[in-house]
Amino acid sequence: MAVVTQSAMTAEPSVTSPKMTARDLNLFYGENQALFDVNLDIVERQVTALIGPSGCGKSTFLRCMNRMNDTIDGVTINGQVTLDNRDIYDKAIDVVQLRARIGMVFQKPNPFPKSIYDNVSYGPRIHGLVNSRDELDEIVMTSLERAGLLKEVKDRLQEPATGLSGGQQQRLCIARAVAVSPEVILMDEPCSALDPIATAKVEELIDELRSNYTIVIVTHSMQQAARVSQRTAFFHLGKVVEVGETDQIFTNPKDERTKGYITGRFG
Amino acid sequence: MTDMASLMEDRAAAKVISGNLRKPVDWDSPKISRQIKKRYAAERRFKMYGLSAIAIALLALAVLTYSIGSKGYTAFFQTYVQVEVFFDPAQIDPDGTGDPAVIGKANFDGLIKESLRKRFPEVTDRRSKRDMYDIISGGASYDLRERVMENPSLIGQTRKVWMISGDDFDMLNKGYISADVDEGDRRLNDEEISWYHALQADGAVEKQFHTRFFTNGDSREPELAGIWGAAVGSLYTLAVTLALSFPIGVLAAVYLEEFAPRNRFTTIVEVNINNLAAVPSIVFGLLGLEVYLNVMHLPRSAPVVGGLTLALMTLPTIIIAARAAIKAVPPSIRQAALGLGASPVQTVTHHVLPLAMPGILTGTIIGMAQALGETAPLLMIGMVAFIVDIPGSALDPATVLPVQIYLWADSPERAFVEKTSAAIMVLLGFLVLMNGFAVYLRKKFERKW
Ligand SMILES: Nc1ncnc2c1ncn2[C@@H]1O[C@H](COP(=O)(O)OP(=O)(O)O)[C@@H](O)[C@H]1O
Ligand SMILES: [Mg+2]
Repeated sequence: MAVVTQSAMTAEPSVTSPKMTARDLNLFYGENQALFDVNLDIVERQVTALIGPSGCGKSTFLRCMNRMNDTIDGVTINGQVTLDNRDIYDKAIDVVQLRARIGMVFQKPNPFPKSIYDNVSYGPRIHGLVNSRDELDEIVMTSLERAGLLKEVKDRLQEPATGLSGGQQQRLCIARAVAVSPEVILMDEPCSALDPIATAKVEELIDELRSNYTIVIVTHSMQQAARVSQRTAFFHLGKVVEVGETDQIFTNPKDERTKGYITGRFG
Repeated sequence: MTDMASLMEDRAAAKVISGNLRKPVDWDSPKISRQIKKRYAAERRFKMYGLSAIAIALLALAVLTYSIGSKGYTAFFQTYVQVEVFFDPAQIDPDGTGDPAVIGKANFDGLIKESLRKRFPEVTDRRSKRDMYDIISGGASYDLRERVMENPSLIGQTRKVWMISGDDFDMLNKGYISADVDEGDRRLNDEEISWYHALQADGAVEKQFHTRFFTNGDSREPELAGIWGAAVGSLYTLAVTLALSFPIGVLAAVYLEEFAPRNRFTTIVEVNINNLAAVPSIVFGLLGLEVYLNVMHLPRSAPVVGGLTLALMTLPTIIIAARAAIKAVPPSIRQAALGLGASPVQTVTHHVLPLAMPGILTGTIIGMAQALGETAPLLMIGMVAFIVDIPGSALDPATVLPVQIYLWADSPERAFVEKTSAAIMVLLGFLVLMNGFAVYLRKKFERKW
């Protein structure tokens, strides 16, 4: 099991064989630095929660992990992010393949304005993961099943995805990400646009997905972080202030700022 | 922790401000009820402004439609005169060969003149005879020939035949020439008017639907002039315009919106495209004249050149509309596709373009409608020539609808006035069709999100 050995202030995590790592990661939006020397390890088949006041760089960091920041103009990154010990910013890495291996779920559900079936089948189709219509059908079904959505939509696969409720749309987005069999799934506040019942469903789903996928979730809800994650990293002003097992962070934070944030004194 | 302390201070400050806001409000005070009244009045006024704006627009439309329609609808009908024709074998086929080549060469004009002389034997004066021949259009002999070629057994018989009348006679029948005007001031003298009355008394004058107007090319004779040549010219021209400006415009817009790096060069290109949209169209005509005719030596008056020139003019419109439509596609859709590992090109072709298509098509059709109505640049490249033949390809000399309207509006004959209005109606009809098509495409591609 992962253990934080060193002082949280230096945010120097040491985890045996992490799935992903960030080392001395600095990121600039033009002149403005948004991330400062971020060091973080992501453990395989665990849920890592990123918490911190808004604007502290959680989403920015998350986007570094599948190179979505590449699509933003004027971003400069230095430092290292690895997936299975390979630098994902290496020239030899194909971004398209990388994003297939590291899926992403966004804050606002963003299904394509197409049918439910087409949404889920889109990833496998463009990556050439299937050879026949039957295989595709199967991927769509298992993905929807994994996202806990199959029962609700199996009779309306050809209907537009935009007709689903917000919570269903978000689970569809998870199914869509799952359909390309990613190793890591990044989620940026996936429940912030959902009502409590839909949120509970998504949280349940995240817990189930953990057995197959490595998950990094950004959340502004302390309770959610406590409920779904095994590890938690606290960000503040672009720095990782403290990272450790979720239990430890919530019961016995080492840093004053962490303590202040989780007890709701600021944020 | 200094930043924590500052956070706490901010909170305290916020509390003070919200404390100050908590003043009791008397919602029933006269001042507030005055305000409410004023607001209602303002809303009513605003609604009135809106309604009167719409009323003015509708009135303008009604006046336009009425003035064009009332002047032009008569052009869809044409006066025909019935005359007894003796299909004289001596004239048509003197040797009785029955050979179509011989029949085709016969002097049918002479037959018609002979028939008119028979109908009005009292006319002997040479000048009066010439006037009398004008009752029937020069084009009637072609009809007559066709009739005989189709049915050679007519030769030797006497038949009553409806023949297309000359333009002045047509104008008289439609009431555009008044007998009350002093004889010297009208195009028909008293004698000619008396022939009209005589024919009418026989029941030998009637108006028929004027199919020729829709099937003929231009002509010096108003009664033979049709819109089809110009319509076909417009079709070829627009086809060339569309084939060039749509793909180039869409690709340029996609590149500028989705791929171009944000730098000085891109900005300069963007500014120039926006400025091009405001360049007077005649300038494009000059450019077309210089580049396509003088340098590239493409055929004059041809729809290809017209299309190439109009494409230059339409491009900025399409690029601007397409960019706006692409910009309106929510970024979340691009993120979703990119996040799944779609390449930028896949993201554009699979998601952004289909979603932007309704807007792009609307812009394109607006651009095409502009091109359809454009005259000035086409005058520069010689599409203003008088062309009788229907163009068979985009390389044949042709004219287009608005230029045809311009040419007819410029013609002295009274009969061209109604033709002008009728041609405008045809042009407007095309525009309505195009807009209908745009609406249909928009509906077809429309998606909600
Ligand atoms: N696309 C962008 N361009 C410029 N600055 C950005 C951009 N996205 C985020 N930022 C800035 O980076 C900082 C971190 O933002 P973000 O990662 O979105 O924070 P969080 O997700 O923790 O709320 C903020 O100060 C924000 O203003
Ligand atoms: Mg965020």
